Amino acid sequence: MENLKEQILNVIEKDAKISAKELSAMLGAEEAAVLSETAAMESDGTICAYHTLINRDRLNGDDVTALVELRVTPQGGDGYDKIAETICMYDQVDTLYLMSGAYDFLVIVKGKTIKEISLFVSGKLASMHEVQNTTTHFILTRYKEQGIRLKSAKTDGRMVICP
Amino acid sequence: MPVKNPLSDKVQSLKPSGIRKFFDLVEEMPDAISLGVGEPDFDTPWNIREAGIHALNSGKTFYTANSGIKPLRKAISDYTKRKCSLSYDPDREIVVTVGGSEAIDIALRAVINPGDEVIYIEPCYVSYMPCIVLAGGEPVAIKVLEKNEFRLTPGELRAAITDKTKAIILPYPSNPTGAVMGEADLETIKDILIENDIIVISDEIYSELTYGEKHVSIASLEGMRERTVVINGFSKTFAMTGWRVGYATGPELILGQMLKIHQYAIMCAPTVSQYAAIEALENSDGETEKMRLEYDRRRRYLLSAFSEMGLPCFEPLGAFYTFPNISKFGLSSEDFATGFLKSQKVAVIPGTAFGESGEGFVRICYAYSIKELREAMNRMGKFISSL
Repeated sequence: MENLKEQILNVIEKDAKISAKELSAMLGAEEAAVLSETAAMESDGTICAYHTLINRDRLNGDDVTALVELRVTPQGGDGYDKIAETICMYDQVDTLYLMSGAYDFLVIVKGKTIKEISLFVSGKLASMHEVQNTTTHFILTRYKEQGIRLKSAKTDGRMVICP
Repeated sequence: MPVKNPLSDKVQSLKPSGIRKFFDLVEEMPDAISLGVGEPDFDTPWNIREAGIHALNSGKTFYTANSGIKPLRKAISDYTKRKCSLSYDPDREIVVTVGGSEAIDIALRAVINPGDEVIYIEPCYVSYMPCIVLAGGEPVAIKVLEKNEFRLTPGELRAAITDKTKAIILPYPSNPTGAVMGEADLETIKDILIENDIIVISDEIYSELTYGEKHVSIASLEGMRERTVVINGFSKTFAMTGWRVGYATGPELILGQMLKIHQYAIMCAPTVSQYAAIEALENSDGETEKMRLEYDRRRRYLLSAFSEMGLPCFEPLGAFYTFPNISKFGLSSEDFATGFLKSQKVAVIPGTAFGESGEGFVRICYAYSIKELREAMNRMGKFISSL
């Protein structure tokens, strides 16, 4: 059996709106224990935030996401961390990973228009002196994010009553 | 000119399933929440579906051997060894069937002579009694009690046995009650079954969905293997209800005759499903465990909601059903279920659909998301406080 922390995470990773009372019922644990474990994980940074997965395609506004590959020259002593810290400073940067393989950083950049993102990549990222080159890929259609299918809603195909 | 006497008396004597009437009522309410299903809400795990697609792509569209394809029988043998420490010969002691339901039917037909009595445990799955009747047997119901957590007691078993008793259908983990019988419980009835030379048809379709101790097959108890046909399948364990594939394992003496009936009546289980079933047995333990954990959370959630609204319910430790006791509200099961459906648009199944001893209970299934269960329990709270 997983410990209580793992069990809590397992449930709220998929549904952060579940209340402590419901969690305690589902996991067979005291509500106070659920609350204190959750609080502990919030303060030690295991739980970073409670977000909402939004399908922006259902809205009319513009929304563009790009995956930007960066090849950089690591700095002596600091390696990649210092460059990463700098890249993280920009609000346009949603996600930043150091990667193995053909390039170094994967930057997920969000903006309102393709132009806005292009200007950010060329003006801010490509012009950093450690950056050797960039390749930008724009997302066209989002099919699945964080384990959730966005294009096709799941319907219950079962017969309503069955022995 | 109309045919004078077109129908079998035996078939006509069977009542249509009690669920039918309720089904029609729910059908008229498309926006109702139904907690009345008897199958998983999970899709068949993708690796299993892929194996089915691959079988189709590679042209596995012909009949198979009557008893099922050899690699599947081999996989069933290995799985049974791994899960229940029971060893069955893939060539002589395993038949792949069209779901567990067919296996129940052919097991009964293989052992019953006219007038033989067959004991079944009530409240129970709707097919047992009709299948006994159709096979020419005399059904004898043992009505198990909530105070015994719907387990069969040695006293109840002894009282039901006569010199005509041929077989018993054991339905644990149970639909509709969610009851289980652990090894110690099975030990209390084992000697009675052996002394009276009774054949056991053990329907263990929910064997992988238990929430206390791991399931123990009665066939694994000393002296029981040679008198027990175990029914199992893929529908519940691997969320494969629509694939229609199950199996029976047991002594060659009985399985050989079951194979004969299966061969004449069915020919073979669906070919594509048989290939998918191999993948299920060999590579899907993790998927089953994920589903089991999820069911367990929902089970606890429902029990806690019942206790909060003052609805008594014994703790079910198997399958995916709860069987709360509604007798204190002074309504029959059917009136309770109908009233709940009409006033709150939530469908639960009256206990009487599973035999008259289900009176005073309703079956509530938890093969639903927490979100659906939360809404249904809110409405149930409202309904109960209105009574």
